[in-house]
Amino acid sequence: MREIQAVEIQKAIEQLIYEASYVISPDIAKAVDEGIEKETNPTSRNVLEQIAENYKIASCERVAICQDTGMAVVFIDIGQDVHIAGGNLEDAINEGVRVAYRDGYLRKSVVGEPLFDRVNTKDNTPAVIHTRIVPGEQIHILVTPKGFGSENMSRIKMFPPAAGVEGVKQFIIEAVKEAGPNPCPPVIVGVGIGGTFEIAAQTAKRMTARAVGSHNADPRYAALEEELLTEINKLGVGPAGIGGYTTALAVNIDFRPTHIASLPCAVNMCCHCARHAETTI
Amino acid sequence: MSIKRIQLPMTAEVVRSLKAGDSVLLNGPILTGRDAAHKRLVALLDEGKELPVEVKDQTIYYVGPAPASPGHAVGSAGPTTSYRMDAYAPRLMEIGLNGMIGKGKRNDDVINAMKKYGAIYFGAVGGAAALVSRSIESAEVLCYEDLGAEAIHRFVVKDFPAVVLIDAEGNNMYEIGPAQFRAEQAAKEGK
Repeated sequence: MREIQAVEIQKAIEQLIYEASYVISPDIAKAVDEGIEKETNPTSRNVLEQIAENYKIASCERVAICQDTGMAVVFIDIGQDVHIAGGNLEDAINEGVRVAYRDGYLRKSVVGEPLFDRVNTKDNTPAVIHTRIVPGEQIHILVTPKGFGSENMSRIKMFPPAAGVEGVKQFIIEAVKEAGPNPCPPVIVGVGIGGTFEIAAQTAKRMTARAVGSHNADPRYAALEEELLTEINKLGVGPAGIGGYTTALAVNIDFRPTHIASLPCAVNMCCHCARHAETTI
Repeated sequence: MSIKRIQLPMTAEVVRSLKAGDSVLLNGPILTGRDAAHKRLVALLDEGKELPVEVKDQTIYYVGPAPASPGHAVGSAGPTTSYRMDAYAPRLMEIGLNGMIGKGKRNDDVINAMKKYGAIYFGAVGGAAALVSRSIESAEVLCYEDLGAEAIHRFVVKDFPAVVLIDAEGNNMYEIGPAQFRAEQAAKEGK
């Protein structure tokens, strides 16, 4: 049994939020640079140049890449041989969020109740926390602050199995096409296939944080990722939706076992500011 | 790429001169507002009351900036998605608003109002928020301070980079741009 202090988790969350909010991961920056080379229309190319320049300013000055610093989505895998001492887990995570959004000059974008009052909680809590108990005596934390310009363009559908590969493909392409300029293209398309209603969505969310250029270990899904990326980039939506080659930087798919009667498919749209940072304690 | 430098507030002549696809640099005062502030403004109009801000000939930027760190007028301040303001925008154009800055599609009611009253929809690059904030020279809260980042601010901007997404004739870059791209691709494949 290993003991980890709650305050250590709090501090890790705080640091990960700073890192994710200010510094884009190199795989995304590289994909945007490649897009600049590809675009022939000067206005579309200029959009990507502004995006690339923005990454540089944000990381140099340690300011938010995007003003929508999102809801703090936290994936935490806790080794079953870990004992968290000196406080409880959810409080530690939320305290880390509170401190980071206050001291890091990040926007507080959370309302406590969605339908009637919509009053801002003023400290960006609560975080959205996905916890898994895993073997071992370590804690792995992935933080993905999620902006809602792209979140609002996300889709889920419970297909009958007969819809098959073709149904899923059309649904994913249609989601990107319909969203058009709204989710701040070029986008990263996170896809979850299978599971239950909520597991499909959660899987899609995880996929928004997978590195651009990486692929699913199953060659059939890897091929599907490639095919969809090519098809989506033929739509012509382009940078900021004003036309061009670079509509998506990646289509990241993962799958889960599902029921004999269903073929769930969730598409979680993420903008080019696909912020994520992770650490192991 | 030729870039037009535009002085705000815009005259009717400037509005008429701008065409979808034009790259511009905006200079002068702009208002800010998102859904919550728009809802309050339109509620006042419904009650026949005076607005706390003058909107005639003004340009409004759909933004909720991040807090300013020391030494900066404002934090990162990129555009938010505009369709959430579609329910309110025609009412403001009716009383003279002639510019909007945001990102994303607008509905037919907004585009019809733009044609009827003469207004421009500018796009700033979504996500390029730290870059955009560099062109904001000053920021002050005009009203609705209780809304925090969603309060109505007055920004003074210098060479704020934008593209004309929809012009006062209703020409729409979100349709023209992708259609042009697909036509070019089809022509290439045909060769």
